[in-house]
Amino acid sequence: MNPVNAVSRANLARLTRHRLFWPVAVLVLLLVVNAVVTPGFLAIRVRDGHLYGSLIDILRFGAPLIMVSLGMTMVIATGGIDLSVGSVVAISGAMACYLISEGQGLAVALALSFGLCLVLGLWNGLLVTRLSIQPIIATLILMVGGRGIAQLITGGQIITIDRDSGYREIGGGHLAGLPVAVLIVLASVAAAAVLARRTALGLLLESVGGNAEASRLVGIRASGLIVLGYVFCAVCAGVAGWMISSDVSAADGNNAGLWIELDAILAVVLGGTALTGGRFSIAGTVVGALIIQTLNTTIYTAGIPPRTTLVFEAAVVTFVCLLQSPAFRAKVGRRRPGGPVPPPTDPPSADKKVEVPA
Amino acid sequence: MTEPVLEVTGISKQFPGVRALDGVAFRLFPGEIHALMGENGAGKSTLIKVLTGVYQADEGRMTLDGAERRVHDPPHAQRLGISTVYQEVNLCPNLSVAENIFIGREPRKFGRIDWARIRRRSAELLARLDLDLDVTAPLGAQSLAVQQLIAIVRAIDLDAKVLILDEPTSSLDRGEVERLFGVMRRLRDDGVAILFVSHFLEQIYEVCDRVTVLRNGRLVGEYPIGELGRFDLVSRMTGQELHDLEQLEEAAPAITRGRRLLALEGAGRTGAITPVDLEIHEGEVVGLAGLLGSGRSELARLVFGAEAADTGRVRVGEETVALRTPRAAIDRGIAFCPEDRKADGLVMDLTVAENIVLALQAARGWTRPLPPRRRDELVGEYIRKLRIQPPSPGTPVRNLSGGNQQKVLLARWLITRPRLLILDEPTRGIDVGAKTEIQKLVVALAGDGIGVLFISAELEEVLRLSHKVEVLRDRTLVAELANDGSLTPERLLGTIANGAS
Ligand SMILES: Nc1ncnc2c1ncn2[C@@H]1O[C@H](COP(=O)(O)OP(=O)(O)OP(=O)(O)O)[C@@H](O)[C@H]1O
Ligand SMILES: [Mg+2]
Repeated sequence: MNPVNAVSRANLARLTRHRLFWPVAVLVLLLVVNAVVTPGFLAIRVRDGHLYGSLIDILRFGAPLIMVSLGMTMVIATGGIDLSVGSVVAISGAMACYLISEGQGLAVALALSFGLCLVLGLWNGLLVTRLSIQPIIATLILMVGGRGIAQLITGGQIITIDRDSGYREIGGGHLAGLPVAVLIVLASVAAAAVLARRTALGLLLESVGGNAEASRLVGIRASGLIVLGYVFCAVCAGVAGWMISSDVSAADGNNAGLWIELDAILAVVLGGTALTGGRFSIAGTVVGALIIQTLNTTIYTAGIPPRTTLVFEAAVVTFVCLLQSPAFRAKVGRRRPGGPVPPPTDPPSADKKVEVPA
Repeated sequence: MTEPVLEVTGISKQFPGVRALDGVAFRLFPGEIHALMGENGAGKSTLIKVLTGVYQADEGRMTLDGAERRVHDPPHAQRLGISTVYQEVNLCPNLSVAENIFIGREPRKFGRIDWARIRRRSAELLARLDLDLDVTAPLGAQSLAVQQLIAIVRAIDLDAKVLILDEPTSSLDRGEVERLFGVMRRLRDDGVAILFVSHFLEQIYEVCDRVTVLRNGRLVGEYPIGELGRFDLVSRMTGQELHDLEQLEEAAPAITRGRRLLALEGAGRTGAITPVDLEIHEGEVVGLAGLLGSGRSELARLVFGAEAADTGRVRVGEETVALRTPRAAIDRGIAFCPEDRKADGLVMDLTVAENIVLALQAARGWTRPLPPRRRDELVGEYIRKLRIQPPSPGTPVRNLSGGNQQKVLLARWLITRPRLLILDEPTRGIDVGAKTEIQKLVVALAGDGIGVLFISAELEEVLRLSHKVEVLRDRTLVAELANDGSLTPERLLGTIANGAS
């Protein structure tokens, strides 16, 4: 085997081992499929100084999910989970819209809604840390009760607000050619990345999620970090709630953010963060959320009949999960018939050997 | 000689960046106890995992009873008659002791699991190792040593023709080791082939018939134990002549006792340890000795605040303090290196560097990250000092060999420069060379005025390092012996057994 070939194989092996390789590969694959099925899918046009196109749409419509998934990542990193994000989406949207419809200014509405989300996150965090309730149960309380709170705020109605209040800009506006929602997401992701990796927050969160007892014995104050995680998650969900309600200029306590917690958890897992806690990847989560959004877009543009969409979605998700499973890749790799038999001096591609469970 | 029951040739195994095994050959005959020796990271556990199907070798072949075989996974190995205790005990902490012993092969009666039989049989099996415990208690409530014994009991009962034990004695006391050896000899006489890994040379010479030496993933050779002296064995393992072993014997602990660091005045905890009086001074090494379950670790955890005392007083310096959390102890300059590195020590997902800086970073809080330059310096320094292999800070700690993981744990606390360092079995699973390094380090730390509370099941080690030895029995401190040169392992053992000096 010639040396150049060997080097490039080694590089390829290293690339496929990168934790973002499979999620990114799937995203690219989905985009390629779309580009083939829908002519002009990749095109980006400028109209009235704004960027338009399917790719921009994916980013814009995916923005709320990315926000929620971002918060969910932090909670999952600590070994927890937050089922209440959908309700928080509804509550924050309801609160903001209610205040605006009552004639309050935009700043006041956003500030109060934001404050409410802080309180909700604190509630979740304290249930988990102070009362040691299992996260899935602790957040189930707000998941169920939160819809009721949203109903209370809206008085059981769908609140609609004036289309030209500034609120509309959050979900529908443009700034410097880009949708405002996308800019908010970019800023939030950057802020989260800085917070996690430029301070020691990420390391300590991963330690708490990876081994709680060892973290205690090392002197990490876990409860503070965990509460911080839930608060951050609730705030992210709150911002997503603004995006969703402002886009339609209405707050729907019943349906806003319905089932978004499941999509968010899926996005986090697709991005390579384990549900058991520990190592997390913000970039992975963003890619995971984009996969889900692209999938939704694909379903519409490729004209897949509505009654098969759920099945189609499930099939793709299963496929992605299988691809990410080292055990599955090892099996397929070993059984591949007719593949070149590597000469004895050349070990078969390294990726399938690394991750055999010890 | 008869035919080998198990033979492998040309075994290679590559991990990303590490060639763990390189053309290794190995044979195991029926009715022998065979030692597999090598430094930390030499590839012993990897070879065992290849033999038992945890990993698939990249190259090489294996024959079992003369027929060529491929082992697909550990259950397959078990069906082929290979029974294994891995280095890291992997039983289920939430299941009971008895359930762990019989999991996957529960005896049945009328199609239902025969629980009475499981409990009775478990108690019998444990009695073979002189263990008397409640077999319905959850495994997680047992000490690491007991868990190790339970894993051994399970493996022995599988009626295998090949028994593999990867460092089964690393946290056992003399008594348990003797009983284990008794069982191993009996099995050997019944024709079972036993593969045994240990870093204790005395154990190797006591119980083994032949030895295979690995170095850096390569085979050095296979020898009858009688033909290889200790120094030859060690120099084959390390590839160097060895002087260090000798040197340490001379490094008798010099007494440089300073001010009092910590005092326990009748401090105890119900159910864990009866009230204790104990003083530790600057520059003093205090050894804790006692049998399994005597309360050594419990005392250490009390001093660290891992479990808070519910009676008596604790003084740090002159100040009376309540050490209710590890955090409180750490803030007063106390550090604790726990015995169970997997459950209480390392965060396996994180890298070597991250694990090393974790305690320091926790003390600084999340808003003040360690500057990257300083972090790299510190990590590099301790990787070098403790010879952590492979010396790359970015490796996930999970991929390190057992002994190297132990070094990472030690490094974590050393960089915090504590005033009082509690070491619970710090040399567990560490090879001879590195062990002397660590012992020297303890002597040096004491020389710098740090107080050390040192726990080890190995009495020689306790005696070599300690200024005074506290003897525990049945969760009670029964004697304090000054290590003034007259204290011998035999006398210490007598005190441990009888409770009087
Ligand atoms: N899963 C893995 N991924 C990457 N490297 C590994 C993995 N398992 C082992 N290694 C590396 O292979 C080498 C051999 O490790 P092994 O565990 O076999 O050592 P050992 O001889 O059992 O040492 P010890 O006495 O410390 O237990 C080490 O350098 C280790 O870092
Ligand atoms: Mg090992």
